[in-house]
Formats: sequence, C-alpha cells, structure tokens
Amino acid sequence: MHPVPRHLHPGAWWLWAVGLATAASRTTNPVLLLLIAAVAGYMVAARRTNSPSSRAYVVFLRLGLVVIAIRVVLAGLFGAALPGHTLLTLPQVALPDWAPGVRIGGPITLESVAAAGYQGLRLAVMLCCIGAANALASPARLLRCVPGALYEVGVAVVVAMTFAPQVIATVSRVRAARRLRGRPNRGLRGIRGVAMPVLEGALERSLEVAASMDSRGYGRSGGLPQSTRWLTAAATLAGLLGVAAGSYGLLDSGTPGLLGLPAVALGVLLATAGLALGSRRTARTRYRPDRWLPPELLVVACGMAIAATFIAIGGTAALQPSVSPLQAPGLPLLASAGLLAALLPSWLSPSVPGLQR
Amino acid sequence: MIDFDRVTFTYPGAPHPTLHDVDLHIPEGELCVVVGRTGSGKSTLLRAVNGLVPHFTGGLLAGRVSVAGRDTRTHPPRELADVVGLVGQDPAAGFVTDAVEDELAYAMESLGIAPAVMRRRVEDTLDLLGLVELRDRPLGTLSGGQQQRVAIGSVLTAHPAVLVLDEPTSALDPPAAEEVLAALQRLVHDLGMTVLLAEHRLERVVQYADRVVHVPGDGALLEVDTPARVMAAAPVFPPVVGLGRLAGWDPLPLSVRDARRAAGSLRDRLTDRAPVRPRTTPPGGVVAEVRGLAVTYGPIVALRSVDLRLHHGEVVALMGRNGSGKSTLLAALVGLLKPSGGRVTVGGRAPYGRPAKEVVREVGLVPQEPGDLLYAETAAAECAQADTDTGAPAGTTAAIFGRLAPGIGGGTHPRDLSEGQRLCLALAVIMSAAPPLLLLDEPTRGLDYTAKARLVEILRGLAAGGGAVLLATHDVELVAEVAARTVVLAEGEVVSDGPTGDVVTHSPGFAPQVSKVLAPQRWLTVDEVAKALAG
Repeated sequence: MHPVPRHLHPGAWWLWAVGLATAASRTTNPVLLLLIAAVAGYMVAARRTNSPSSRAYVVFLRLGLVVIAIRVVLAGLFGAALPGHTLLTLPQVALPDWAPGVRIGGPITLESVAAAGYQGLRLAVMLCCIGAANALASPARLLRCVPGALYEVGVAVVVAMTFAPQVIATVSRVRAARRLRGRPNRGLRGIRGVAMPVLEGALERSLEVAASMDSRGYGRSGGLPQSTRWLTAAATLAGLLGVAAGSYGLLDSGTPGLLGLPAVALGVLLATAGLALGSRRTARTRYRPDRWLPPELLVVACGMAIAATFIAIGGTAALQPSVSPLQAPGLPLLASAGLLAALLPSWLSPSVPGLQR
Repeated sequence: MIDFDRVTFTYPGAPHPTLHDVDLHIPEGELCVVVGRTGSGKSTLLRAVNGLVPHFTGGLLAGRVSVAGRDTRTHPPRELADVVGLVGQDPAAGFVTDAVEDELAYAMESLGIAPAVMRRRVEDTLDLLGLVELRDRPLGTLSGGQQQRVAIGSVLTAHPAVLVLDEPTSALDPPAAEEVLAALQRLVHDLGMTVLLAEHRLERVVQYADRVVHVPGDGALLEVDTPARVMAAAPVFPPVVGLGRLAGWDPLPLSVRDARRAAGSLRDRLTDRAPVRPRTTPPGGVVAEVRGLAVTYGPIVALRSVDLRLHHGEVVALMGRNGSGKSTLLAALVGLLKPSGGRVTVGGRAPYGRPAKEVVREVGLVPQEPGDLLYAETAAAECAQADTDTGAPAGTTAAIFGRLAPGIGGGTHPRDLSEGQRLCLALAVIMSAAPPLLLLDEPTRGLDYTAKARLVEILRGLAAGGGAVLLATHDVELVAEVAARTVVLAEGEVVSDGPTGDVVTHSPGFAPQVSKVLAPQRWLTVDEVAKALAG
C-alpha cells in the first residue's frame, strides 16, 4: 500500500501512542516491554517529521534510563530484600524498633534488583511512548486541532511552549555577555547574575508577543453571549475531569473496570457537547486543518489493538513474570500478536512528505 | 485613510508629552516615510495608528486618531486587525507560532476568514515575498531578512488597508533590504495599500516615498511635505541628498538615478582630483591572526576556512549577507566558540579556554544587542561594576563614557538611554579593560545619522591611538566613512579582502550611494568630495 505522502492527523499518532503506553502499563515482562519500546522506536525512525520536537524520542529514552537507574539504586538501598541469591551485602544501619519494615543497607539480592528493574523499565517504556508521540506529531500541531471554543487557550499554550527554547537562547546570550565583561559564570553570584537579565528578557518578550497578538486580532469578540460561554466552560471542564478519572482507571490495573471505560466515555461525551456548543458560533477558522481519513482510523485501531490484547491477557504470570523465585520471562502468543498489530502503521500510514532519508 | 486630529500623547509618569498637537492626514494609497532622530517619538506615532498607544502602553491621549473611519478610542488593536497591519522593530519578538505557514495564517484565523480563502492568500503571500522555499521551516532557523519578510507576510495575509512598519530594513543586508522594499513598492502600486514606515536608513527608502513626515521631537510640530522639500532642510539626510546640497542641485535628487543625471558637471570638476585616503596596511604590528579557521554547529558549517590578519591602527569592515558567518568569526576571536579547525591567536595566544578576565584585556566585543552587556540599575553603577570587573582604577569607565556620550546623568537606567547612548555605555564598559582589539557587531542598528557620526569619530580616535577595530556591519555608508579595509564573507569563506574603495565599488549591492553617482570615479563619501572640491 503506497498512499500519497502526507502528515497524519496528530491525534491519530497520539492515540496510537496512548494505546502503546496502556499496554506497557499492564506488564512488567521485560521482553514485552523492550519490544514495545522497539515498536515505538521503529515507528519514530520511519515516520518522524522534521519539526524541532522530532528529537523527543531520544530525550525521553535517556530520561527512561535515568528512571531505571534511580529505581534500582533506591530499591537496593532501602527496599526490603526478597529472599534469594545475595549479590552483595552493604553495611546495615540499625534502626529503632518503632520503624519496622524500614531498612537501610543490608543484603542485596538478585531477585530484588530484578523486581526494581522490571518496575523501572515499565515506567521508562511508558516515557518512550510519550517521546514517540512527540516525535511523530509535535504537541503544537496537536494543539492546533483543539475545537474553536478552545482556540484562545490553544494559542496561549503554543506561545508558552515556544517560551522554553527562547529562555534557553537568552541564557546562552547572557552567559556570553558575562564572559565578554570578564565576569564569572559559575557559583552562586554567577547564577544570580544570569537569572536577573534572563527574567527581564522573558518579561519583555512576553509583552512584545502580547502586543503582536493583540494587533493581529487575538481575543476579538467572537459574538458569543455570556451564558453560552459559561455553559461551554462548565460542560468542558466536567468532561475533561471525567476523561482524567477514566484514564486513571484504565491505566491502573488495581481499579475496578467500572471506573475505566464508562467514565472515559461519559467524559468524552460531555466535553464534546460543551465544545460543540461553543464552537458552533465562534468566528474563528482553521488554516489547513488536519483531516481525519481512513488511515487515521487504521493507526488508532492498531494502537487500540495492542492495548486490548494486553488488557485481555490480564494479570497472568505471562505479563507479570515471577521474580521470587526468578524465572525467565516468556513471550505470550496473544501479546506478540498485539505487538505486531501496533507495528502495522509503519506500512499502513502514509509516509511523511518532503523528507529525504 | 489615517487621520490624526490634534493628538497629544503623554506616557504615564512622563513630564512632557511625546507627541504634541499632531495633525496628520494620510490619504489612501500613499507611501509615507517617518523620519526623525532616535527617541523623537516615531515608534509612538506608528503604534498610535492601530491603538496599541494608548490601549496597550497606558498614558493619556488627547485628540482623535482614526483609521478607515474607525476611532481608536472605541476600537482596541484587536478590532482594528483587519484594517491595520503592524510590524514591530524586532520581527522575531512578535512571532506567535513556530512555523512559517502557521505564522502567515495566524491573523486570518483570528479574523475568521474562510479556509479556502486563507489557503489562497497564504500561497499568494509566499509568492509575493519570495518565501516559497521556506514554507515548512521552523521560524527559529530563519535568517534576519527571512524573519522580516515573514513578519510582513503575517500581517499582509489579513489584507489590511494600512501597513505600518517600524524600521523594516535596519537588520537587513543591502540585497535583502532591497527585496523587502521592492515588495512594499509592489503592494503600494498594485494593491493600493497605504504604507506608513519609520526608517533611519533614509538612503534606502526616501526615493520611494510620496511624502515624508519629519518628527523633530522636543514637542515641536511635525513637518509633512514632499521628500525633496523635507530633505532640503532636515537635519537627517542620506548621502545622495548631502551630495546634492553640496553641489547645489535643484531640484534635490533623492535617488541615485536622479543624482547621476544631474552629476555630469560635478564629475567633470572632479576628473583630475583623487580622494585622500589612509594607507591600507598601517605600520603597526599584528594584533590578531586567524588561520584556516573552521567553525561548525552540528551539520551546519558557519566558517569554512578563514584567513585574516588585523593590525594596530586600522579599522576593518566585515561585510556579507545575513548568515554568512560574520558574528561567528567575531565570537571565535573573543574565544566564545571553540574552533573546529584552524587557529585563532589574539595577542599571541588562543583566546578559547582562557579565563575571561585575561581575554577581556586582549580583545573586547560589543554584541549586536549592546543592552545584553548591561544589567545594573544605573549607568553609574554599571561603570563602577566594570571598573571592579576589569581591575581598572575607580572612575575609568565613567570617564570613558563621559567622553563618548557627554552630558548623561549617572542615575539614568540603562534601558532609558537611547540606542546610541546605550551603545556608548557598552563601548565604555568594554573599553575599560583597554583591549588593543575592539570588535563591533552591527553597531548601527537603530542609530540615527547624528549618533552614527559620533561613532565614526570614536572609532577613528581609537585607530589613531593604535587600536585595531573590526566592524561587522551591513551599513555601506558607515563602511565608506570609517573603514580603510573591507573583508567580505560569503558561505563562511573570505571572498574579498582589500582597500574599501576597491572592494565596495566592485559590487553594486555593497556600493555606497556617492560611488554609484560618481562612477566610474572612485569617490566613497560626501566628505571626500567636499575636501577635493575645497582643496
């Protein structure tokens, strides 16, 4: 299948990545987790855009490695050791009786390192999925898809996001200027000397942007009556809260299923109603809106497929391999099918235009 | 189209009004240039057109400003967005989105223009301003000239009846400036747009103007007249007008073409005279040497292989289009950058990696934005801090500052100084360490002719005292005045290096006005001609 190259709707990529992250959250099986990270990485390599956020995957991957390291070190130092093969024994700090279950130092077993490593890996792989979403469709493009009623909020968030790189640029400029004056860049005085001009510069830039946005029509009265705006806001807020609560239910395997899907569905319904109400009468338009076509649906379906298989397998030993006693993790057939499904968009989705690899 | 009726405006807390009893009526389809010295209120006048003054700035506005019949008293800037497009001094500071196409579409989205119309207007604007190849680029990766064109495009797409521009060409190299001005010209001629623009570089714009508004400042009344009449008496004027005044031409020529047609007799009088210029390589020794210098930023090559020698007692101009590597070369000379290849030596040693305190005694750089160097609350505190930083005796910096810009109270906040005064303060701070080599990056941005003349004097004084100056600039007229030698960079390589008279007259883009008027004779400045005629 060779569709005409185009940018996929950013929402499709983000939903696909959410599916992947949901699957990752359901398992501690290192083989499956590494495969999920590999699927995400492969998709980034195949379909990333040329926007600045396309390097996000590597950044999140590094962050994930840091998470694993911290998790393992903390478990080794403070966690209760699982019985098994002792790797090394640290000097233990004797704690008084009123602190039972707390331990500093002592023996470190292979089993406890493995348990901590698996949990760290799960978090790291979920971070990778977020990184992949950022690389496949920049958050700025995702924000452009917000409904008309949220237009102004979306623009405000976009401006805020361009702010961080600006601050970094200002910091390097100020540091260079300090060097030109022969002043120290290190130490407490150095930091203070850099912070003040950077803050001043940031404030000035904010004012400039505000003036520019104002003179280009930001916040023109869209002709909406006050009551409609209130109703829109209330419905949207309630809907978003529902979505948040529902997502928590979906991602946390300990919560009863009742809180998961129904809450998400209700939230989406409320939020959609609110936004439709608000957007119906606003006088804003969108330049080249991203369209939602069959390939988008396919990509989302692939993401949902992997999430569904992992949820279906449930909390079996295949997804949560035993660490005490330590056993080699397996590769369940259904989960492998889900992984393959998640990889399908690299053939099914249209390639990115204008990139020469 | 634009009407100011007896407008007086005072900023909050200011003792005197910035605009005083302004009566100005600009009809549809006119290109009107606002001239005046730094700090005379040009920007205030421009920002009053779309109501940013006083809606955004605060302050008291008496009288009436109306655009296309809409009073700014009842219409805040956002309600005027469909009739007035405003482009500020620093285009990058006003960007809302992060990609070229989105930025062009932003104003139209706010105005609720139909998607099909938006699409067509964006394509038209990309063509009109020559931005087609840049349509997908992130805004942060564009050069100054490209950013300026995107900023103009981003207000054009809303099809405003009035376009207001604050110094649209001050950051641009000569070819890029001509591109922008040509685009404006087309808007006025083809679309009947009304354009109001402020500019210090009169040599670039005055020939296109239908009328000139001179803002004298100090509470005096505006002078509004045809360009020729305003230029005959105004204290700020381009070199071609200076030449016309010197030769007594009437009517006063405003463009090189008009001047050339009038210049026949002047050329005859000058045939057997030659300009008196200093020798190219003064007797002084080498201050700094660059050999085979290469600098790369990731995959981008900023400098390829640069060889350059700077001597005591010379002023060297560094020219080249935006993004040709001028700033990178300066940064490498002060050791802000690590060379990827080749060698830089200043005062016999490589500046990179040495402690900042030592380097400032060998070489000083005034960056593009002199304000970056200044953080103190007052000018006096800034001077005192510079003395401690460089270990100079107390009062050194204040004395230099007093010499460069006399009569400024030490209690003034650096942000309240005019551009020219701020440049002088930054220069004083850098010069307090008495470096034998001084580097300046785009020093004339935002400077009027008076401040520029002062800068020329300062630089000549430095060179006469044995210092070396390297000046990165787009301002050919300044180069003609002050630099004996010019180096041109392109794509990170030196493409010419020689006496200014030879280098700048060879390429039409970089030639100063006087040399264009008097070609094939090789005169560079009005001063040279005046001296030759007198002597």
